Amino acid sequence: MKYGVVIFPGSNCDRDTLYAIEHVMGETVVPLWHKDRVLPSDLDCIILPGGFSYGDYLRPGAIARFSPIMQEVKRFADRGGYVLGICNGFQILTEAQLLPGALLQNASLRFICRSVFLRVETVDSPFTAAATTGQVLRIPIAHADGRYYIDPDGLKALEDGDQILFRYATPDGEITEAANPNGSLGNIAGIVNRHRNVCGMMPHPERAVEALLGSEDGKVVFESLRLFVQQQEYRQWEPLASQN
Amino acid sequence: MQQFAASVIVTLRRSIADVQGKTIEDGLHSLGFVQIRNVRVGKFFHFSVQAASEEEARQIVEQACVKLLANPVIEDFSISLTPEEAEVSEQ
Repeated sequence: MKYGVVIFPGSNCDRDTLYAIEHVMGETVVPLWHKDRVLPSDLDCIILPGGFSYGDYLRPGAIARFSPIMQEVKRFADRGGYVLGICNGFQILTEAQLLPGALLQNASLRFICRSVFLRVETVDSPFTAAATTGQVLRIPIAHADGRYYIDPDGLKALEDGDQILFRYATPDGEITEAANPNGSLGNIAGIVNRHRNVCGMMPHPERAVEALLGSEDGKVVFESLRLFVQQQEYRQWEPLASQN
Repeated sequence: MQQFAASVIVTLRRSIADVQGKTIEDGLHSLGFVQIRNVRVGKFFHFSVQAASEEEARQIVEQACVKLLANPVIEDFSISLTPEEAEVSEQ
C-alpha cells in the first residue's frame, strides 16, 4: 500500500512517521508538502503527522486547515481514502470538521510526554482491524492540547455509531479517571468518522513501532490499514472476476 | 465606505470547564482577592473593518469569527464596533 505524509510548517513527527512506515512496516510512503494542490493518484492513506503546525497560533490546527493541501485531503476522504491524523493531525482534522469535537488544553495545563495505555474499543475500523477488542496498547502521548471534548449529543452519536476507537486505560484495560492523562471526555484518545475512513488519535503510534523504543504496540494501526487495503483490493477484484 | 474599529472577545463556552480560568482564580484567591469569582480566560482581537454600513461590518466580523477566530464547537464570541477615521493610505 502507499502512504502520503503531509508536512506543514511546524510539523515535527513527519520524519518519524516516514521512518515507521518505510523502514519498519516496509510500505511505500511519499512526503507531501502542505502547498501541494495535486496528490499522487495511487495513495491509499494520508497521514497528518504530529507537531505544531503554524506554531499552534490561534488554536492548534486552526491555520493548517486552510493549507492548500487540505482541500485535497478532504476530497480524498470524501472519495473514501483513509486519513489518519496523529496528535496535531487530529487537531487539524477536528478544525477542518473532518472529525467531530475539539481538543482543548490539558486539564493539568501541562504539556504531557509519556507512555500511556489505550484500550481498543472496536476493531470495526481500518485503523484497528488487526487488533482485538479490549486489547491494551502502550503508546506515547506528547501534547498540551489533547483534552477531547464533544457536546452530549455528539458523544451519544459517537457511542451509538461505535466511533470511539481508543480510550485511555489502566495497564489492565480499566477506564478510570486516574488513567486519563489530559481530562478527555470519557477517556477518549482516538475516534473515527461516521464513514469509518478518517481517524484522529492523540497518541503517537509511529513512536511505538520498535522494541528498542519501548513498545511495538503502535504497529497494529498500520497493520490494520494494510489488512483493510488488502481486503478491499480483494473485494474489488472479486466481483470483476465473477462477471466472466 | 466607512471604517469601524472592531473588538472581538472569544471565550470557551460556559458549559466547558475553563481550567486556565480556574487556576488563575485560585491564584487570585491565594493573593487575598477572595471577592473575585468566575474567572474566564479568552482571546482579544482588535482590527479595522471597511464596510458600507455598521450592519455590513458586523456581518463580515461574524463570518470571520465563525470561520477562523473562534471554533464554534467550543467557543463563544462577542463583537463590538465603533466608527473610526479611515487611515490615510501612503502614496
